[in-house]
Amino acid sequence: MASNYLNIIEPIIKKYDGKKEAIISILQDVQTQLRWLPGDVLALISKKLKIPLSSLYSIATFYKSFYLKPRGENLVTVCLGTACHVRGASLILDELERKLKIKSGETTQDHKITLECVNCVGACALGPIVIVNDDYYGQMTKVKVDKLVDHLLGKKE
Amino acid sequence: MVRINNFNDLERIRKNILEKRVLEKITITICNGTGCQAYGCQRLTEHFLAKINQNGLKEKVEIRKTGCHGFCERGPIVVIQPEGIFYQRVKIEDIDEIIEKTVEHKMVIDRLLYEEPITGKKIIKEKEVPFYKKQLRIVFGKNGLIDPTSIEDYIAIGGYEALLKVLRDMKAEEVIDEIKRSGLRGRGGAGFLTGLKWEITRKNISSNPSLGGYIVCNCDEGDPGAYMDRSLLEGNPHLVIEGMAIGAYAIGVNKGFIYVRNEYPLAVKNASIAIDQAREVGLLGEDIMGSGFNFDLTIVRGAGAFVSGEETALIASIEGRRASPRPRPPYPAEQGLWAKPTNINNVETWANVPIIISNGSDWYKNIGTETSKGTKIFSLVGKINNTGLVEVPMGITLREIIFDIGGGIPRGKKFKAVQTGGPSGGCIPKEFLDLPVDFEKLTEVGSMMGSGGMIVMDEDTCMVDVARYFLHFTQEESCGKCVPCRIGIRQMEKILREITEGKGTLKDLQTLETLAYTVKNGSLCGLGQTAPNPVLTTLQYFREEYEAHIKEKRCPALVCKGLINYFIEPEKCVGCLLCLKNCPSEAILGGYKMIHVIVQEKCLKCGACLEVCPKKVSAVVKISGEKREGPKEPILVDEWRRKR
Repeated sequence: MASNYLNIIEPIIKKYDGKKEAIISILQDVQTQLRWLPGDVLALISKKLKIPLSSLYSIATFYKSFYLKPRGENLVTVCLGTACHVRGASLILDELERKLKIKSGETTQDHKITLECVNCVGACALGPIVIVNDDYYGQMTKVKVDKLVDHLLGKKE
Repeated sequence: MVRINNFNDLERIRKNILEKRVLEKITITICNGTGCQAYGCQRLTEHFLAKINQNGLKEKVEIRKTGCHGFCERGPIVVIQPEGIFYQRVKIEDIDEIIEKTVEHKMVIDRLLYEEPITGKKIIKEKEVPFYKKQLRIVFGKNGLIDPTSIEDYIAIGGYEALLKVLRDMKAEEVIDEIKRSGLRGRGGAGFLTGLKWEITRKNISSNPSLGGYIVCNCDEGDPGAYMDRSLLEGNPHLVIEGMAIGAYAIGVNKGFIYVRNEYPLAVKNASIAIDQAREVGLLGEDIMGSGFNFDLTIVRGAGAFVSGEETALIASIEGRRASPRPRPPYPAEQGLWAKPTNINNVETWANVPIIISNGSDWYKNIGTETSKGTKIFSLVGKINNTGLVEVPMGITLREIIFDIGGGIPRGKKFKAVQTGGPSGGCIPKEFLDLPVDFEKLTEVGSMMGSGGMIVMDEDTCMVDVARYFLHFTQEESCGKCVPCRIGIRQMEKILREITEGKGTLKDLQTLETLAYTVKNGSLCGLGQTAPNPVLTTLQYFREEYEAHIKEKRCPALVCKGLINYFIEPEKCVGCLLCLKNCPSEAILGGYKMIHVIVQEKCLKCGACLEVCPKKVSAVVKISGEKREGPKEPILVDEWRRKR
């Protein structure tokens, strides 16, 4: 596994000329390929760039876009921006949490679905909005959420 | 495209482009901004392209994927040029008809036109739609005309002319003077005079030329409900690049960064393409247009931290560290990126620069108010009919923005407040609807301009819940450095949550105010200093809502879950079983043609029953702070009515 990781990490570090200051971009690129940042990978990057592992964790835990746990195959994102909030986004989140039996930030046991919240996707005309992978579902209602979840679960079973 | 080696090349290339473009060619512009992409405009564009090819119209018709038109409510938006016929909410099924009628026979399709909600009048041309009529789209207006990934499109409409003017005819000091004279103020929130900022940075660089310096474009647009910077950068990236190149020349630096929020992949993509194109033709890089001036740009992606929009935190993030703010002074103009003088402006500010240079500061300063010049792009969202991005002259009233441009509140509901300035701003009540919008006026009423989010709230919005929402947001986004911000906001949120659950006391309101001032005074950066604003303004203007939650255990807007109940009005229920079938917690008892009853102890308050109850029945209602009489058990509708 470690050598596999090395094959991914090395070209990325090279792309940024091994510069320590590019660490955020390097982590982003690595995550784009692996979908999350395993501890082994962070340890390897730490060694390669001579950045203390604690510093890497400090960065990876500070920024929200880094995942230190594997994500599910499908990413369900609920927009909780102000415009969506005043249009009832919290009820939509409640319904998703209830239907999927997980809380925001968690992944279903079968690793099929990860549920997440974001602070605004800037598609406010469609609020409240739910995004599944790259597809936008606008003007959500509880009935629509139920249909969406059934579809997601059904499709994957 | 060939390389631009001297000042004459640009003009020659523009002429070539325009000559190549057959004027009578019909152009179908399709908005491809992120907002319209959410409506599926990409598939629409592909289908349009395929149909045009199929019908052998490739020579006659051009399909152009443009940046955001701003009228997100009505997406996907298709405008047919040169006539400017404005079609809205276009679907794939409409394509054949558009090609057959409008493209081939110049006929207008009524069904796809925008209809004025009050008069029912159909409007054909984009610029006559009321949403656009009162706007002054000097910065944002070009978005709809060009393909953001085509430098030719930008040059064709006069792009890079301002840069040429600066490099050929102006000294750096003259550029700074021109920007100073225009009165342009930073559009990122604080409203500092842009020209002055440039001058300070230039001075600091001149006093130690070997050190050098940088400029940065801040596109870490984190305020929820605000997306104008994204739409500018993704819809017209060359405008931002040109503005930065002019700024770099004036300030005396050769290197710039564009810091883009992580959630904006399309902006990153389009800006990267634009930078590559500009470099390729010699509008970025070494010896730009043969002037001897060098300037290049790098894009840095944010990683999801609201606080990185603060300038010292942004610097830390570009340097590859946690985005924690540091005390100022030294200001970035003195010690910024890698301790060198750095000038940071936001996207909209940079985008204003070429427009000021091209049209002159005298023209520019005629727009706006005494203290705030030019236009401002607002993102008008929330409980509003016409959601979208609007560019208006400073000094326009809130009423004009919300009712004339925004078309008022949906479903005939009453306006309650407008929230400006994002989580740092405040909620402005209806008494101030005639307030002219500028930097000072918004601050006077306890809010702020901020980056331009404008979230409209109606009678169904609970102001205590909104305050709690913002505090939850800032509490999560606090970097944790300053104790008052880290712990104070958390405590404030806890108090607000208790109030929304009906567990608040009147003393809590005092505690909230005391905490608010502690957090404001004891925090280093703008996040902590302004986080209590939503609480303070709602306490000031909507205190009665707080008191209703505390004293009467009642949420007047019927929002706070802990204080509301769902109730089936027996006089209206027809016994259709819909709510019963959709209730996730089996809290509804009933039967066919029986009046349904909600068992309150079992109810999750998810609202499914209210949502599914047919409009013409409307038997399910929300109640708060009151008791309603109804049957305890399901009873046949007829029997109940007889009894009454």
